[in-house]
Amino acid sequence: MAGHSTYVPKTGFTRWLDDRLPILRLANDTMMTFPTPRNLNFWYSFGGILTFMLGIQIVTGIVLAMHYVPSADKAFDSVENIMRDVNYGWLLRYMHSNGASFFFLAVYLHIFRGLYYGSYKAPREVLWIIGVLIYVLMIATAFLGYTLPWGQMSFWAATVITNLFSSIDQVLPHVGTAITQWLWGGFAVGDPTLNRFFSLHYLLPFVIAGLVVLHIWALHVPGNNNPLGIDVRGPQDTVPFHPYYTVKDAFYLCLFVILFAIVVFYLPNSLVEPDNYVPANPLVTPPEIVPEWYLLPFYAMLRSIPQKLFGVIVLFGALAVLLFVPWLDTSRVRSMRFRPLAKQFFWALVFDCILLGYLGAHRPDAAFPGTGIPMLPFARLGTAYYYAYFLLILPLLGIFETPKPLPASIATSVIGSGVEQVNAPAE
Amino acid sequence: MATTTADEPTRRDFIHIAAASAGGVGLVALAWPMIDQMNPSASVLALSSIEFDLSPVEEGQQVTVMWRGKPVFVRRRTQKEIADARAVPVSSLPDPLARNANLPDNAAATDQNRMSKPEWLIMVGICTHLGCIPLDHQGDYGGYLCPCHGSQYDTAGRIRKGPAPENMYIPPYSYLGPSKIKIG
Repeated sequence: MAGHSTYVPKTGFTRWLDDRLPILRLANDTMMTFPTPRNLNFWYSFGGILTFMLGIQIVTGIVLAMHYVPSADKAFDSVENIMRDVNYGWLLRYMHSNGASFFFLAVYLHIFRGLYYGSYKAPREVLWIIGVLIYVLMIATAFLGYTLPWGQMSFWAATVITNLFSSIDQVLPHVGTAITQWLWGGFAVGDPTLNRFFSLHYLLPFVIAGLVVLHIWALHVPGNNNPLGIDVRGPQDTVPFHPYYTVKDAFYLCLFVILFAIVVFYLPNSLVEPDNYVPANPLVTPPEIVPEWYLLPFYAMLRSIPQKLFGVIVLFGALAVLLFVPWLDTSRVRSMRFRPLAKQFFWALVFDCILLGYLGAHRPDAAFPGTGIPMLPFARLGTAYYYAYFLLILPLLGIFETPKPLPASIATSVIGSGVEQVNAPAE
Repeated sequence: MATTTADEPTRRDFIHIAAASAGGVGLVALAWPMIDQMNPSASVLALSSIEFDLSPVEEGQQVTVMWRGKPVFVRRRTQKEIADARAVPVSSLPDPLARNANLPDNAAATDQNRMSKPEWLIMVGICTHLGCIPLDHQGDYGGYLCPCHGSQYDTAGRIRKGPAPENMYIPPYSYLGPSKIKIG
């Protein structure tokens, strides 16, 4: 839907600027008049929310970096200094640490939205792939940031995650060890590791911001998908982005920020492992190491595999498989509203991810409370279903499933009959 | 300027290839310092050996010393622990290699090959799975239990159960006297 521009500069200055740098034209075409399907629902508000959260993380992060000291001796104390002595330091840090959680909450809803409505299908494959790359960079950034307070969880998370690369030793002897020592800058996680993690933690959000620009660019070429998953056929199917979706996005952003504020002000440590308030000790591993909640499903997958290298492959493969979803799903119908079977498998996937998250938070040898049923077989089953959804179910359903009939157009579906009498807006 | 046919290499083509090659070599030459700067620095490498006095360690006790930023377990084993470890056939072990820096790489994982004196197990206390510190005197084999992912080691630090692929490493060490060792 990237059509010709409708921007008309109104003043002498804007005409002058438009001839030299058409930045106002770009803003007008992408954020004001951009034709957007008229049936976008609540689930389409997370793109705006995510952009907002990226901004929050960058702004609070830059300010925190003014007080933080990336040194193994001083990092923990400098974070405590931020919490106790720096003016509003507690607020900035709680916004930043909980902001990461809310960033991931929004990105998960955004990703599942895309999976449900088939937003990854042609012609939006590149849009989807850029999104997956953003998600992978978010995980890397969150992991690097989690190590910076240099508490026990920080230190051992850094140790466990960097040691994932030592599994390469099983196929190329000594190469994995060489890579981990290169990552550490020593023979164990230490001062050089913390310094480089801080440097990269500062860098990656700006790489993410760059990818977000590409993501939005790739969105604006085909235009938004929509809950019906059918193509926009003409102006009667769309409304201009402003004011319709600016207002809708702003409303849901407000609700999201209220939720964020409740956690920041009243439950700021609810998502944090208490062990991270113990300074890092390279000689004692905490009795239970768990990542932040948003990485628990992957952690459960890693631990469900009894072989080191294969476990690591399963962990990284769970992310890599997302890149191929546009081609693994063979169905011609985008939206699962019209795919009765796919819809059920989709909700099973949602449940599966939540279950894996629950299992990832418990020791690998644990049993379900009060039952004595061991968790490990369920973690293996959950891992198997995750892979089966993408590698078996999506490819086969496209062949065997009979989709429901699609509506004739967005407009007839939204407004009913008599569409022809409705004036096309904004043109 | 001379005119030539398209499929005949010109002096300009040569200049393009030569310039691109020189630029490529320059980029690689510049990339290496950018990569190698992350490897352990000279000051890190300098802290390579420590000495430790064994006499205060009681039978059945384990102490941990730091070597190159890593924990080294010094465990004085009981007679039962020694007997348990020696009773295990090497063929039943997941990792058949001794992983002892003082012996050749292909030494078998017998209890004898894991230490120089049967009473003293001196070992890098890092789980070979993902680098956690195992808890001593725990697990099914009375040796070590890793709290992170449940790997279990016997009283010679050999992997017996769980996701860890290898026995815990024996660092290079030597006896300076009857009860004094040098690690590294």
